[in-house]
Amino acid sequence: MTAAALPPAGTVTPGPRTRRGTELLLVGFAVLIAVLAYAAVGLAQDDRIPSGTLGYGGGLAALFLTAHLAVRRFAPYADPLILPCVALLNGLGLVLIRRLDYDAIERAKARGRALPGADAPQQLFWTGLGVALFVGLLVVVRDHTTLSRYTYTSAALGLFFLLLPNVPGIGRTINGARLWIRVGPLQVQPSEVSKLLLILFFAGYFVQKRDALALAGRRVLGVDLPRARDLGPVLLAWGASLLVLLGGNDLGSSLLFFALFVVMLYVATERTSWLLLGVGLFVAGSLLAYRVIGHVQDRVDIWLHPFRDASGKGYQLVQGLFGFGTGGISGTGLGEGSPGTVPFAKTDFILATIGEELGLVGVMAVLLLFALIVERGLRTALGCRDPFGKLLAVGLSFALCLQVFVIAGGVTGLVPLTGVTLPWLSYGGSSIVANWVLVGLLLRISDAARRPAPSPIAPDTARAVLEDARTTIVRRS
Amino acid sequence: MNAPLRRVAVACMVLFGLLLVNVNYLQVVKGSAYRDDPRNGRVLLRTYEQQRGAIALGTGGGRQALARSVATGDRLKYLRTYPGGPVYAHATGFFSLVYSSTGIERAEDRILSGEGDELFTRRLSDYVTGREPKGGSVVLTLQQKAQQAGYDALGGRKGAVVALDPKTGAILALVSRPSFDPATLSSHDPAAIRAAYKRLSGDPDEPLLDRALNQTYPPGSTFKVVTSAAALTSGTVDSPQTVVPAPKELLLPQTTRPLRNFGGETCDPSGKQPLINAFAISCNTAYAQLGLDVGQDALRKQAEAFGFGQADLEVPLSTATSVFPADVNKPQLGQSAIGQFDVRVTPLQMAMVAAGVANGGDVMKPYLVREVQAPDLSRLDVAKPEVLSSAVSGDVAKQLTEMMEAVVERGTGGNAKIDGVRVAGKTGTAQNATGKAPHAWFIGFAPAEDPQVAVAVIVENGGSAGSEATGGAVAAPVARAVMQAVLGR
Repeated sequence: MTAAALPPAGTVTPGPRTRRGTELLLVGFAVLIAVLAYAAVGLAQDDRIPSGTLGYGGGLAALFLTAHLAVRRFAPYADPLILPCVALLNGLGLVLIRRLDYDAIERAKARGRALPGADAPQQLFWTGLGVALFVGLLVVVRDHTTLSRYTYTSAALGLFFLLLPNVPGIGRTINGARLWIRVGPLQVQPSEVSKLLLILFFAGYFVQKRDALALAGRRVLGVDLPRARDLGPVLLAWGASLLVLLGGNDLGSSLLFFALFVVMLYVATERTSWLLLGVGLFVAGSLLAYRVIGHVQDRVDIWLHPFRDASGKGYQLVQGLFGFGTGGISGTGLGEGSPGTVPFAKTDFILATIGEELGLVGVMAVLLLFALIVERGLRTALGCRDPFGKLLAVGLSFALCLQVFVIAGGVTGLVPLTGVTLPWLSYGGSSIVANWVLVGLLLRISDAARRPAPSPIAPDTARAVLEDARTTIVRRS
Repeated sequence: MNAPLRRVAVACMVLFGLLLVNVNYLQVVKGSAYRDDPRNGRVLLRTYEQQRGAIALGTGGGRQALARSVATGDRLKYLRTYPGGPVYAHATGFFSLVYSSTGIERAEDRILSGEGDELFTRRLSDYVTGREPKGGSVVLTLQQKAQQAGYDALGGRKGAVVALDPKTGAILALVSRPSFDPATLSSHDPAAIRAAYKRLSGDPDEPLLDRALNQTYPPGSTFKVVTSAAALTSGTVDSPQTVVPAPKELLLPQTTRPLRNFGGETCDPSGKQPLINAFAISCNTAYAQLGLDVGQDALRKQAEAFGFGQADLEVPLSTATSVFPADVNKPQLGQSAIGQFDVRVTPLQMAMVAAGVANGGDVMKPYLVREVQAPDLSRLDVAKPEVLSSAVSGDVAKQLTEMMEAVVERGTGGNAKIDGVRVAGKTGTAQNATGKAPHAWFIGFAPAEDPQVAVAVIVENGGSAGSEATGGAVAAPVARAVMQAVLGR
């Protein structure tokens, strides 16, 4: 920003604008909001600014400043808006979990039970790990195209993680869904990791096969159908996601993977027929799941008639809706509501806490932050010059969009509820870490996309230069 | 790849758009409905955070709290207590953690909780000065002596008493028995509340039911006041002295079983008598014939002029609607004219009939809240009496008063006599389920020349099938006790 604002006299092309200064300013702003919110929670609970405010603020500032410096050094042209948005969401998430810790302690006191441990420090630790991986990724992966080498490794690992919770002994069933594993003292939700791995796989695979997959078969009703032999992978993906669903009742992940697959295939081949086919298979799969799986029927029934069994099956959703309603437009204020009434308020239903205490204003702000990240991610895809990076960026952005839609729509009663986390806000190590890696990948691609074109010299000259030159390994980074 | 990519971008924005529209719907359109839903425990919890206002009666030194909140040491800072106890239970209602609230606790919640618009400036100053916010209080129109007299006079019998100030519509007594102690439903122990509620709601005598406002009964012969009003207003009879047919039996059109008087008595050996006499001894055959002569349209119109059919009457407690049946045939009309068949009334409605006659024909809108006050007891709002409807002309009201005085003087209502006071009234013995004793009714007002109190009393299954006079014998003493209490005699 500084260099570009005042180009030195005589320069024909202005210097590239990295906008790192903007990013730093916005990250600072995000930290400030989070610290003020943290203080507000303490003021509401104990009528004084909580003693940890300085440490908390300092910790957050240090973490996000590290992230910013890593971007400045290793991905200088990356989009300047994504990191501040993520920092704000993450900071706010920590405040909300801290607030729900208070609530849980108060409830335990009232019932005379043992006081539960605080989750906020855990979440701060996970945030730290997430930022560390984010930085590590930017340092190690200097060129995202190198990742396409690991296409099939990603596929194998992704499927492995996806199916891991079904392994007897380490798999754990929580809230009716089998999507956790237990390793020692840690609970891990491997589907968050496999989400990233599978996006990598899809991007690599489709870039390789897009020509074959784009070949037209028969034309029916004005739509070119794909060749029958190319249907294999689609059916495989469909079958795999159904398997995930049947095996673990993990409705959210199943839907996410299949939609990702179809959308990335559509973008890679530019063939609407794949999209139609995917929607058809989705409808068929949904109907099948509804018929066969009681868990799915329950979810749909609760969605259609949340108040029919308001104190039983519909309790969670109804309490969530009451939370949103109680919050109204401006909310009760941080620390002034009783968001702990909603089961799983720290994870799936964290948006209900926002709705109750920060009101419609808070919920809209959070949704718009997500929309902004998704929009910047898709813009990265548009600007990216290589097909692998393009597909990867679409996959990452769309995955984020769909995940937010599924869980935010679920808790607000727009769609049937499926258990996925709200990225960066929900409590949970796997989710936090995986989503920081997701941002890292996005910023890495964004850096390449926004980097000025490598050669400003005329094509003819370039060819001449190239023909004269000795064969060398050229790196673009 | 950019064309499909742009479409994906549009799709993403559509998804976010849907989310944004939906949260707006959820938090703005549906917001208040969810916020105030009785199953939403949040608001209730918050209401225990600050001191709820009192429900009281009387003024100045005579002020007496019926419900008030006292500080406790537990998580819910204030406990609702009911010094008024079961005597006032149906007026105050209860304020429960588990079962929401009823009565004035519900109807005036915005004042009591301090969230009403009237208290906005107060809240603002509480906020600025850091003073702990409190709710406003509600002062009822009930008179302690009248309420207690009605409650005691009914005793262990099932029934209800409503007493009105006929000139204003103020409710002076509102009794329903059996009653309950609201404190048992308003404690801080959900298990105890549930157990108490289960016991009360499972009781076949329905102690939670407010019989005075929310139960309807056949009015029996008390409805003859309405039939008389219709006959006098329409000109079917000219005056109380007009002689009307009063046969031993009346064969209603299209029927084979004749309508008889109670116990098969003869109203007058001559088979006819002046209207006032037929009214005083409650002659059924005379009044069934009178109903046929007046016609159902005039009769229904008269009933509605007294307040029948008004579905949204709130005092501010909601009330059941009293009805005169639609499209009756001749025999049904004959039965309806003597308050049987499908005529259904609340005790409040019959008190309004008596009050309308007492007030020169104008029925005043009944109300239970005399005043609402800010936490510092400064007056926020005071009830203004309103005319609900003009039921009869002043002349007809005078004629009806004369007839009703005759009932107490020399007819079925002798038990309502008060020494030195001219009392007007009408007894009723309403048949209901076969095999059960009829309900005993009395409606009336006093003093006849300058009415201070109008009253309606019902004692469920209190009469005896044999004699019309038993209705008066059972219900009239209760009415007398309440009227005496109001008049200070």
